[in-house]
Amino acid sequence: MITASREAWTGRLLLILMMAVTLLPFLSLFVTALHPSGSYPAGLAWPDEPQWGNFPRAFEAAKMGELLKSSALIVLGVVPISILLGTMAGFAIGHLRVIGGRVIFLLFVLGLTLPFEGIITPLYYQIRDMGLLNTRWAIILPLIGLFMPFSVFWMRAHFVNMPGELSESARMDGANVWQLFRRIHVPLAMPAISSLGILLFLWTWNQFLLAIVLVDDPTKRTMSGALGAFQGQWGTDIPLLCAGSLLILTPTLVIFLIFQRHFVKALLQGSLKG
Amino acid sequence: MGPSHRRPAVAKLRGLTGWLFVAPALAFYAVFVLRPITLTFQYSLYDWDGIGPSTWVGPANYGKVFTDPDLFESLVNAVKLIVFFSAIPVVLGLAIAATIRRIAASRLALIARTVLFLPQVIPLVAAGIAWSWLLASTGVINQLLSLVGLGGVTRAWLGDFATALPAVGLIGAWVLLGLCTLLLLAGMSKIDPALYEAARLDGAGAWREFVSITVPSLRQEIAVCVTVTVIAALASFDIIYISTQGGPGNTTMVPGLQIFYLAFSEREVGMASALAVVLMVLVIACALPIQWFAKDGNK
Repeated sequence: MITASREAWTGRLLLILMMAVTLLPFLSLFVTALHPSGSYPAGLAWPDEPQWGNFPRAFEAAKMGELLKSSALIVLGVVPISILLGTMAGFAIGHLRVIGGRVIFLLFVLGLTLPFEGIITPLYYQIRDMGLLNTRWAIILPLIGLFMPFSVFWMRAHFVNMPGELSESARMDGANVWQLFRRIHVPLAMPAISSLGILLFLWTWNQFLLAIVLVDDPTKRTMSGALGAFQGQWGTDIPLLCAGSLLILTPTLVIFLIFQRHFVKALLQGSLKG
Repeated sequence: MGPSHRRPAVAKLRGLTGWLFVAPALAFYAVFVLRPITLTFQYSLYDWDGIGPSTWVGPANYGKVFTDPDLFESLVNAVKLIVFFSAIPVVLGLAIAATIRRIAASRLALIARTVLFLPQVIPLVAAGIAWSWLLASTGVINQLLSLVGLGGVTRAWLGDFATALPAVGLIGAWVLLGLCTLLLLAGMSKIDPALYEAARLDGAGAWREFVSITVPSLRQEIAVCVTVTVIAALASFDIIYISTQGGPGNTTMVPGLQIFYLAFSEREVGMASALAVVLMVLVIACALPIQWFAKDGNK
C-alpha cells in the first residue's frame, strides 16, 4: 500500500501545481492592478501602498456600467432566440423526423466546425447593406445564425431519445403540435435547454471577432470586444489595464462560481457532443 | 437509440407542420452563415478592394495564398500552433488525469475542478492581456527564471523572433489544458476498475496499465480533445490579436488575423476570401478524419 499512498501524494502535488499555474495570471493581474497608475511594476511584488483606487478609476475609464448593459442586451437578444429556434428544429429533426430531416441535419453539422474568420468578410458587407453596422443587431443576428449548428445538434441529441409513444398519446388526447411541443416536450427538455443556455451565454459574452469588425463603438460591443478597445486606449498604463481586465472578466467569473456545477457539466457535455 | 425510437413519432407531422419548426432556424442559418460562405467562395475568385468594381481573376488568389511567403507562413504558423494548442494539453492532460485519477473524488480534486475551468470561462482577450504581462521583459516568468538561476535566458518572450510563436502557443496551452484534463478525467471515471485489477494481477506496471487500458478506453474523449484543440489552433485569433498582432515581423501571423488585416486594412477582399476558403477547408480536413477515427473505435 506504500505505492498507493505515494501515488496519491504525487497526484495531490501535481494538482496543486496545476492550480498554481492556472491562477498565476489572475494573481499577476491583481497584484499589478494595485501599483500606482502609470508605473511599470517588476514581476510579482506587493506594492508599498496598494492603490485600491485603480479599480473605481478603471470602472469609469472602461465605462463598465454601459458595457454591462450592452453585453446584457446582446445576450438577451441572442440566447433566448437561439434556444427557441434550436429547440424547435431539434424537435422536428430528432423527434418528428420531418421528411428530408437527415439532409437538413447534415447541412447544420457542416457548420459545427466553421471558423468565424471564414465568413467575416462577406458578413461585414452584408451587415453594411442591411444598414446595421455599429448597432448591437450587427452582433446579435449573425450570432444566432452562427450558433444554430450547435443548438440544433445539441437539442436533436436530446429529442432523438424521446419515445414516440409520448407524442402519440398526447395527440390522441387532442393536443395540437404546438401544445405537444410546448406542454410536453419543452418541460422534459429543460436540462438540455439550460446547459445550452449556459454555453450560449458564455460564447456570446466572450465573442470578440464579430464585435471588433462590425461595431466601432466599444459601448455597443460585448465585454470581450470592449476589452480590446480598452487595451488599445490604456495599453501604456499597465496597472489601470490590469484593473480594467479584472473588472471585465469579473461578471462571467461570478456567474461561473454561482452556477459552477451546471457550467462544468455543460462545458464537458458540450465539447463531448460537439 | 433503440429501434422503437427510430420510427417517426407522429407520422402526420413529418411534412409541412414539421417543416414549420425547422424553417426559422434554417432561415437564420441560411442568411447569416450559408450565404456568407457562398459569398466567400465567390469573392475569392475576384480582385476587389471592397469599394470599386471587381475583376475576375479565377484561381489566381489561391495561387498567391500558397506562393506568397507571408500568406503561406500564416498557414504554417497555424499548423505549428497545433503542437502547443493540441499536443501539449492532450499529452499533459492524459498524464495529469492518470496521476490524479485515484484522488478524483477528494475535496482537493473538487476544488481543482473549479479552478482548472477558469481559463474556459474568461474571455480569451483577458487571457491574452494577462499573459502578455507575465511574459514581458519585467514579467513574472522572467522573475521566476532569474530566481532559479536562469537569468541568462530572460527576454521579452513575445517580442523575440525566436520565441514569440512558442510563447503564444503557451497561452493557448494554458487555456486548453484544464478542459482536456477534466474531459479525460471524466472519461477515466467510466472505465471499469476490474480492468485495472486484472492488469495488476497479471503483473502490469503503471505504464503498461496506462498504455493498454487507459488510453484505448479513452479513444472517444481523446478524439474530442484533439478536435476541439486543433480547431482552436487553426482558427486562433483573439489571443494573437491581443498579445502580438502577428509580430514580431510575421512570426506569429495566423490565417484568422491575416484575413482580418487583408479584408479590413489592406482592402484585398479577394485574397482575404481565398485564405478564408483555405482555412475552412483545412479545418474540415482536420476535423473529419478525427471523427471517423473515434467512431471506428466504438463499433
